[in-house]
This record gives sequence, C-alpha cells and structure tokens, in this order.
Amino acid sequence: MKITSYRRDPAKEFSFTPENAIKAKAFIARYPEGRQASAVISLLYLAQAQNGGWVSPAAVEHVAEVLDMAPIRVHEVSTFYTMFNLKPAGKHLIQVCRTTPCWLRGAAELTRACQEKLGVGFKEVTGDGEFSIMEVECLGACANAPMVQINDDYYEDLTPERLCEIIDDLRAGKEVPIGPQSGRTCSAPEGGPATLKDVPDPAGKGA
Amino acid sequence: MLQDKDRIFTNLYGLHDWGLKGARQRGVWDGTKKLLELGRDGIVQQIKDSQLRGRGGAGFPAGLKWSFMPKENDGRPHYLVVNADESEPGSCKDREILRNDPHRLLEGCLVAGFAMGAEACYIYIRGEYVLESQRLEAAIEQANEAGLLGKDACGSGWPYHIHVHRGAGAYICGEETALLESMEGKKGQPRLKPPFPAAMGLYGCPTTVTNVETIAVSPEILRRGADWWAALGRPNNTGTKIFSISGHVETPCNVEEVMGIPMRELIEKHAGGVRGGWDNLLAVIPGGSSVPCLPRPTCGSVLMDFDSLREVKSGLGTAAVIVMDKSTDIVAAIANLSHFYMHESCGQCTPCREGTGWMWRVMERLVRGDANIEDIDALLEVTYEVEGHTICALGDAAAWPIQGLIRHFRPEVEKRILDAKKRGQVAAE
Repeated sequence: MKITSYRRDPAKEFSFTPENAIKAKAFIARYPEGRQASAVISLLYLAQAQNGGWVSPAAVEHVAEVLDMAPIRVHEVSTFYTMFNLKPAGKHLIQVCRTTPCWLRGAAELTRACQEKLGVGFKEVTGDGEFSIMEVECLGACANAPMVQINDDYYEDLTPERLCEIIDDLRAGKEVPIGPQSGRTCSAPEGGPATLKDVPDPAGKGA
Repeated sequence: MLQDKDRIFTNLYGLHDWGLKGARQRGVWDGTKKLLELGRDGIVQQIKDSQLRGRGGAGFPAGLKWSFMPKENDGRPHYLVVNADESEPGSCKDREILRNDPHRLLEGCLVAGFAMGAEACYIYIRGEYVLESQRLEAAIEQANEAGLLGKDACGSGWPYHIHVHRGAGAYICGEETALLESMEGKKGQPRLKPPFPAAMGLYGCPTTVTNVETIAVSPEILRRGADWWAALGRPNNTGTKIFSISGHVETPCNVEEVMGIPMRELIEKHAGGVRGGWDNLLAVIPGGSSVPCLPRPTCGSVLMDFDSLREVKSGLGTAAVIVMDKSTDIVAAIANLSHFYMHESCGQCTPCREGTGWMWRVMERLVRGDANIEDIDALLEVTYEVEGHTICALGDAAAWPIQGLIRHFRPEVEKRILDAKKRGQVAAE
C-alpha cells in the first residue's frame, strides 16, 4: 500500500499540450463508449511526463476533467499506484529492486553504492536535480539480478562498480547500453544457451 | 531433457527477429484460419484434451476455464483479458514472451478469444515493462496491417481487436478481479467472488482473465495436436513450461523445459548448478515468492510440477525457482518477502492490511534474534489467521513463506533467539 502525499503545486495550472491531447484521445478510443475512465492510468502517465516526472494536484484535476471523472477518483488512482510520483523526482530516477531474488545477488550493495555516490537518501533529489533514488519491489527481471530501473529502462546483471559508471555516464550525457551489463542476451544463461540449438526451420514443423 | 523440436518459445532469448517476419519463420501465424475452423467447441475440447493447466500460478485447467464463458451471446460483449502483470518475485518468464515473441501471444489471443466468443482482447501489462509494451504495440500494428487481426482476422470473417493496457506498479493487479478493477480505471482492489468474471467481469460483461504463457502456447497445441502436448510430462501435469531460475546459481536464466523435470536436473543442466556445488544448497523456493521453501534433501528428489510440489507442501506457482546457498540468511530472505507483501497489500481486508505489517515486524525481530521462543508460535498462529480470511489470495501468499520457514528451519530461528539472549547476558555481566 502506498502511503504518500502530494507536494504543493507551485504552477497550479495544468492542461495537456495539443500533442498530448491527441494522444489522450487515442487512449480513450481503446475502450468502449462511456468507459473512458479505463484510460486514467495512461492519461496520468502523459500528465506525469509533461509535468517533468511527477503528478501534481492540478494535473490530476485536469485528467479528471478530460475523462469526466470525479477528481477524487483520479486522486485515488494516482495515490494507489506506485509509478506515479507525487513529488518532483530527479531527471534520472533510479529504482533499485530490493526483493529477495535481487537481494540474494547483492541488491543491498547496489543501494548502498549509489546512495554513497550521490549522497542522497531515498526519494531525495541531488542538488543538481539530476538523480533521485528509490527502493522498489520486484521488477520482474529476476534471472538478471541484481538490477535497477532508471526512468523507462532496465539495467541488469549489475555490480556496484558498474552502476556507479552508469551514473557517471548518464550525468555526462553519454549513451548507456540498456539491459544486461554482463554481455549476455536477455535471460539466456551466461556463456550462451545450451538449448535451442537444433531448431527446425520453420520452428515446430518438424514435429 | 526436452528436445528442441518440442520447444515452443524458439526465440526465448531474443536472438532472432521479434517481428512478424521472424515470427512467421518460427511457425507463428501458420494456418491460424484453419485453427479457427475447429470452431469454438473444437478449440476448447482440444485444450481440455491436452490437459493444459494455467501458467499464472494456480494451475487451473485452461480448457475448463475457457468453457465457463456463456455459449450464447446475450447482447453483452465478451472479453478476453491477458494477464501480463508479471510481478511475482522470482518470475520473469512472461517478459521474454512479450518482448521476444509477441506474435505468439497475439495469435493465442485470437484463437482463445475466438473460442470464447470475445470481440476484443486487452493485454494488461505491468507498467514497468515499458520496452515490452512498446514491442507489443508494434506487433499489434504489424498484425493489423497484415490482416491477421482487425475487421476480418485471418480471413475468418471474425472481427477481433487487441489493445494494450498498461498498469502502474501494483502487484495486486495480477489478481484477476483487481486487474479488472484497475482496467476500469479504479484502484486495484480485488472483488468478492462470486460473481466470477466469466459471468460478470470487465464492465459487467463475461470475461476470462488468463496468463500470457497459457495463451501463448495454445495455438501450438492446436497445430500439433492435444496428444503431442499430453505426451509431454506426466498425466495432469502435461506439456512444457518456462522456468525462471534465479538466486545462487552459476548461470541464472529462463528455460523452457518439460513439466515434471527433476528440480536438481533443472538447476544443474540449465543454470550451471548451485554456486559451490549441490552440497552447498540451503533451500529452494520452487514457484515464486508465494510458495513455501524446500530444504535441500527434498530438492534432491522432487519433480517440478503441480502435483509433485503440492505433495511436499509447496507449489509450482509460476515456476520461478529461487535458489539459496548456505551463505544465505534464510530468515532475512523470508523477512524480505514479508516486506514485499506488506508493501503490496491493497489495504482492503483487515487481516491482510494489518497482518502483513505485523508479520514483517516480527520477522525483522527474528532476523536479529530479538524475540522469545514463544513468539515463533505466535507468528505461526497469525499466519493461519490471515490465511483464508481475505478476499483474495495475497493474504495466503504472505502467510505461506513464513510457514515454510518455520516448518523447515525452526532450529535456525530458535538458535538465533538463544544466541541473542546469551549475548545480552554476557553484555549485562
């Protein structure tokens, strides 16, 4: 259960850019008529991105208006789901997976390393506004543990040293390869898969 | 060991093209129209004959579930909702299907949706899987353009549309009715059942919610025949399964194997064995965080399927194998899971909302040994009070890992308490 509160909104005003308004319409069109509330999560994502990485009360009110929902229903959603930040986050939001499969392979060391490197606690933003760190529960990449998610991207098979390098590269504006940092492909075993070597072409036709 | 010719997910590791062209080379979308010509009853019968059981954790017979959908359309649309909210700690198999073989899933959505009389399908994907959802959207677009989906799906005359619906970071939305609530734009809090989704699901319409892997394997079962699938594995535990192997193994990975493979063989053949050798094994959680752990002696003989694992008081769950070697603080490992359930409880039912927090706090004290011997039984009693007293199974899932810990590692927990007491006495003197 997410227990949190909004930061006061200095801007107060919020409405979708014309571009986002078109996107919002497309999301709403995925659902039957009168069921536009189904698009609430998608619209909150749009609002969060437009608002610089967090959802303000004004953004929530706007989404409610667009979807013809009572504002309280949208507040319920924005406070229930953990992916909506109700306070400003750093430009790069580092989410360290803390749950057992990652923990067994050194998640706590990752957390310690990036906290020490950046000098901030959970949900604090570095002075330059570049980074913030939070611990999250299982991100579903357990065969590539330990891992972190930075904004939209997964960085897997990490060591504390590699994570610190990634932070340096992101700060310097360099491109960092996403996915496993150990050189393997997706969740194939290290050293290459032992299976799927004898796949008939097209697959399955041999059976 | 499963032969490559019997593997369905031939692009499990993303080494080949995920798109339509690559998928077609792998045999996806091959003769889909013919599969649809089996008819609704024909498809459901084949799935029943194959004895396919749901891959999302509970292992409910898939054909039976599909057959619950009303045969006649009473004016309400029917929906198929695919559960891609993979969040069970240890489980990372659906992700590989979503990003590396999305067309296999889409073909399954069409075939299964047709068998249910569904006119639309929604794929509810966890919010964190951003790349995976983009892949899926791109694959849907490819399939629409190729006429495989849309107004006349595969030239069958059946109109069928698939949409992606992203979640936003809530484990509970993997519970089917919480997922439906979330899809309707509400907080993901599970509904009381009955009515079951097949009678009243999404928007009050007949709905079936099914796991990604279950749907993705179904076209291949129809193509190759129910007998082929039923011949793999053991009776009532048939077919292939993607196992996710994580934790203290040499090479953690996902692998598609036959149901009922011995656990030891699975770990040693595919994951390079336990770090430091089999004798260095402490325990294994065989089916994702919700199922009780098993100690080494059991791990050496148990088979990886629904019935074998139930016999040893655990479960196959999502077949996420979490391996822990002797360096593991097993009490802390389970306390970590207790924290997970506390965090993910939706807050609706009191036993779960309060119980998960209470259990985590006591587990944390047991990690430090800061407790009395009687507290172990008190904790166990609380787990039984939570289990079965909540709307959904999250309460049970929070209770089982602790029950497994105490069942198999009670001496370790007791020793820790006694050691802490001794340390306290020494310090006092």
